[in-house]
Amino acid sequence: MEKKEDQKLETTETTNNSRRQFLKSSGIAVGGIAVGSALGGILGMYGKEEEAPAATPAESQPAQQHDHALQYFTNRADFEKLGQATERIFPEDENGPGAIALGVPYYIDHQLAGKWGINAKEYRQGPFFEGVPEQGYQSQLKHHQVFDLGLEALDKYSQEKFDALFVALDGEQQDEVLTAFENDEVKIPGLRSSLFFELLRKTTIEGVYADPLYGGNKGMAGWKMKEYPGVQMSYADKVEETEFLKIEPKSLHDTHN
Amino acid sequence: MVTKLPKTDVVTVGVGWTGGIIAAELSKAGLKVVGLERGGDRSTENFAMKHDELRYALRYELMQDLSRETLTFRHNSKQRALPMRQYGAFLLGNGVGGAGTHWNGMTDRYNPYDFEIRSKTIEKYGESKIDPELTIQDWGITYDEMEPYYTKFELMAGISGDETPLRGHRSEPFPNPALKKTPAMDIFFDATKEMGLDPFVIPAANNSQAYDNPDGQHLAACQYNGFCERFGCEFGAKGSPNTTVIPTALKTGNFELRANSEVLEILHEGGKATGVLYMDTRTGERFEQPAEVVAVTSYTFNNNRLLLNSGLGTPYDPKTGRGTIGKNYCYQVIVGNDGFFDDEKFNSAIGSGGLAAVLDNFNADNFDHSDYDFLHGGSVLMGQKGKRPIDENQVPSGTPRWGKEFKAQSLKYYNRHLNLYTYGAQLPTVHNYLDLDPTYKDINGYPLLRMTFDFTESDRKRGKFLNQQTRKILEAMGATHISDDTNMDHFDMTRYQATHNTGGVIMGADPETSAVNNYLQMWEHDNVFVVGGSAYAHQSGYNATATLGALAYRASEGIIDYSKKGGSLA
Ligand SMILES: Cc1cc2nc3c(=O)[nH]c(=O)nc-3n(C[C@H](O)[C@H](O)[C@H](O)COP(=O)(O)OP(=O)(O)OC[C@H]3O[C@@H](n4cnc5c(N)ncnc54)[C@H](O)[C@@H]3O)c2cc1C
Repeated sequence: MEKKEDQKLETTETTNNSRRQFLKSSGIAVGGIAVGSALGGILGMYGKEEEAPAATPAESQPAQQHDHALQYFTNRADFEKLGQATERIFPEDENGPGAIALGVPYYIDHQLAGKWGINAKEYRQGPFFEGVPEQGYQSQLKHHQVFDLGLEALDKYSQEKFDALFVALDGEQQDEVLTAFENDEVKIPGLRSSLFFELLRKTTIEGVYADPLYGGNKGMAGWKMKEYPGVQMSYADKVEETEFLKIEPKSLHDTHN
Repeated sequence: MVTKLPKTDVVTVGVGWTGGIIAAELSKAGLKVVGLERGGDRSTENFAMKHDELRYALRYELMQDLSRETLTFRHNSKQRALPMRQYGAFLLGNGVGGAGTHWNGMTDRYNPYDFEIRSKTIEKYGESKIDPELTIQDWGITYDEMEPYYTKFELMAGISGDETPLRGHRSEPFPNPALKKTPAMDIFFDATKEMGLDPFVIPAANNSQAYDNPDGQHLAACQYNGFCERFGCEFGAKGSPNTTVIPTALKTGNFELRANSEVLEILHEGGKATGVLYMDTRTGERFEQPAEVVAVTSYTFNNNRLLLNSGLGTPYDPKTGRGTIGKNYCYQVIVGNDGFFDDEKFNSAIGSGGLAAVLDNFNADNFDHSDYDFLHGGSVLMGQKGKRPIDENQVPSGTPRWGKEFKAQSLKYYNRHLNLYTYGAQLPTVHNYLDLDPTYKDINGYPLLRMTFDFTESDRKRGKFLNQQTRKILEAMGATHISDDTNMDHFDMTRYQATHNTGGVIMGADPETSAVNNYLQMWEHDNVFVVGGSAYAHQSGYNATATLGALAYRASEGIIDYSKKGGSLA
């Protein structure tokens, strides 16, 4: 029992040491900010802009993001196409990064490879019938199959309409294609095109704002744009505050490490 | 093969709020209780990673696994009922603590009017006021009889609250002061007071200060960091079965908690239950647990389903109106508006599940209905539960749903948006009921429950009226833009509204029109107590849990009495 406690202590020590080590070597001034929170931001790659001097190579050279590889897609072209579609849903603009820079396509890839992709916690017994909209999802297809068919249809429809693949279209044309999907104007055997569009929209937004743990919301930049502080332990002394509080976000990584 | 276990005094089917309360009260009184819970065990230590919106709120980590079991739904008997394949309108609890682990914590008593709704309506407005389509009936109990049990529930869960003149009398003040108000709540208070209304802070199980309850359980103080609804509290600062009644029951030594134990049937012979048949969900082994008393505490849906699948009670027949099991299924009328404030900026992430400004001026019979063609009303709220970033992307009407403008507007308004909504009453009719689905089965081969449900004309009128109030208040609060009113054409299974499903095993004074008496004891099987929202004869304009908690205390008294002298308690 005691031994375990000791070990635990030791690990924390090591983590703290490596944190200090990192801070020392990175040359970043942490100021009054709790080490945990600042570090979370730095490891999250964007760092605290005002405190991380531009000269720091860490800013332009992010730590390797090992989860940015493919678990579900087998072919780069499909992944690129998915990326471009998500970028139209949540584009880069003067507010900050869009879906691609946020890692959203990786988020979706990982979701399709996991239990959501195969509707693991959903009722999947037949018979399947189309219901009224208020009866919800009644497709015999699993989420990952909806993406497979939907992405295939993106190209098919783009070819028909513009004689080019989806990725070769300009932004406005891509929007036109996606709008047709949204409005159920695209015929896909076995699938309403709006179902694909709705899942694409839903997962894109998830990838922007889910904890970076899941591969999107890179550097918590989704949260930063929204001025959402992420994972905070207590607001007990802030709940009555009338001024808007600028709080540097933290993530589950900070809670856990 | 079924292994027969030694007999116990009482077995509970499920260990959530109602099962937990029954277990605590009976084991304190010296009865031996076995709690069978189909889901796993868990407590505060399991919630360190709770600030994960995706895992808990959108992938339903703590909820019933629908691949094993769900229900089917149709609007009316002409439609084909189809399974609820994914979650939407409501979320079903699973695991020790039930939905009580991940509830928000808003804690309302029902209005004195509710318990005698039929008599009081006739007394004041005459019988013709009641739409013949509605099957409202008195509950067989009065508010005064309920009052001591509400108090017990509130003291146990450490409810933090404000007094208001528009609710029933209280024998004791709330055990804790109301939660702190956010600046947005001050705007709601100022605007509604100006309108001559009576705002207050809704009573909540999110404790405003550290608290020791009468059973000696310690609750920490709420940190206002959101993540209550759909999440367990990592500080133990929310009154939940896990922080209160379950440890209390375990402390007595008279309570045996068996997790991963799914009850398949209630066994009975000669009009009396003999126990339950259950399965260890990990090994697949089946057991018979004999018991003197069976407490059915598995939430509204499985309370109904287990009775129907076990052949207990008389199923309701919507054609003749006879029979009771499945009758008066009700939900809730939830309407409202989003308000967008161009000149304000709120700290929208800050809040607590049960933190809300509320008013009851349009609830129950608190206003004169002579000039309205509907009964009852609802509470009007502005919640401050801590906005979550994936779920909350409200934009003013007319904004595209995606693309550049959506992005800009959803970012801009995240901290400049407030939502007003209602918990509106939803009154029963012959057309809305629960029975067994003829087609779809659960993983063990038992029929799923089938819900036949839609809003009635009177619900739509009540909804419209309540929506006018939320809009007016937002205008008075200075909202720059206000979203469209809620569409009440049909009940929508895909939009989250509330896990406030009631009825089907309703209480009353007459065995012809109710399934249980006012101790929640079945008229037809006196050693079966069916405890939960399933006992409500209608849905009122409030959050649903305090009333089922109070009824669980009452049923506990009934079971103790029954175990001494037997027979019907009414
Ligand atoms: C997200 C959310 C927020 C909520 N917020 C509020 C709120 O703010 N205010 C409010 O008043 N109410 C709220 N509620 C509702 C509240 O949680 C329920 O009213 C309350 O938990 C019901 O208590 P119960 O004992 O009937 O059911 P539960 O607490 O759900 O317990 C039932 C238990 O029975 C178990 N069970 C079911 N079938 C079987 C079986 N066959 N065998 C063994 N075990 C079984 C289940 O696994 C479950 O653990 C909320 C609910 C949810 C989901």
